[in-house]
Amino acid sequence: MKNENLYKYILGIADNSLILGQRLGELCGHGPNLETDIALTNINLDLIGQARSYYQYAAKLYGDNKQEDDIAFLRLEREYRNLLLVEQPNTHFGYVMARQFLFDIYHYLLMENLQHSKDETLVAIAKKGIKEVSYHKRFSSDWIKRLGDGTEESHAKVQEAINNLWRFTDEMFYLTEADKAVVDAGIGVDVSNLKETYYKKVSEVLTEATLQIPENKYFTKGGKEGLHTEHMGYILADLQYMQKTFPNMTW
Amino acid sequence: MKKNWPLWEVFVRSKNGLEHRHFGSLHAADADMALENARDVYTRRNEGVSIWVVESKYITASNPADNGELFEPAQDKIYRHPTFYDLPDEVKHM
Repeated sequence: MKNENLYKYILGIADNSLILGQRLGELCGHGPNLETDIALTNINLDLIGQARSYYQYAAKLYGDNKQEDDIAFLRLEREYRNLLLVEQPNTHFGYVMARQFLFDIYHYLLMENLQHSKDETLVAIAKKGIKEVSYHKRFSSDWIKRLGDGTEESHAKVQEAINNLWRFTDEMFYLTEADKAVVDAGIGVDVSNLKETYYKKVSEVLTEATLQIPENKYFTKGGKEGLHTEHMGYILADLQYMQKTFPNMTW
Repeated sequence: MKKNWPLWEVFVRSKNGLEHRHFGSLHAADADMALENARDVYTRRNEGVSIWVVESKYITASNPADNGELFEPAQDKIYRHPTFYDLPDEVKHM
């Protein structure tokens, strides 16, 4: 493959959308009420839609008659490049919203910067996606404020989720070797530059939500290099079930 | 859910120049959430350019038992109906 670095870079963005979309999909029909259920499923569909655009582009780069579904469904765990954050389970609604919020703020910054890429396809995907992501960010930020500044119980639960997910945030700003090459080519976003703005924006919302900003010294990473948490295998078992049971099945 | 969120009525203007039309209702904790929920439940497919939400309890509805006095005017007062004008053919949709 000519553009192996770009291919890997695209998967690094696309897999976040796919895996978080899959996590939100698990909630379909299980939301706390009809309106929130629909909202979360809508976000899921936005993310899967974005993932498709990236996979179509990646399939074209790969050549060899590769299809978007092959990339989405037929990789091994080590070949998925999503952040550890997005594969964390839907423990309770506080976790669902904290995970979404921590990701959305990052996702928005990434899309904003990807619009200035030298790669026209990525620019087009980012321009389309940023409208959706901007809504996701508003939705999850509002919920963080609502839960944080809500009842004693909602405050405690969302604080617990923020504390436990915080250790996955630093990975967002890590660049793999492939990422570095794509950044040097003027195509990728140098995410290490987004770190300061990210924590500033996150802290603003948490403060308004009367939540404590965690002071972790320890962060964990690995997803971008294909080293996932124990949850990933279960997600893939669900996600890949159809293609593994009925190979080459299509709609 | 022991305590349900209050009910809201949703009105959507489908394009500029048209009036807001009643789309349906939903549950939300406050006005901001009602707008977001309206967006998710009713306007995901380019249905509108503007949304109004109002808590259902603020709508005063007529009682069907009063329909007689409200909606059945005396038919003998024909001068109340504009039926004495000849409409030119060019005027459509009247």
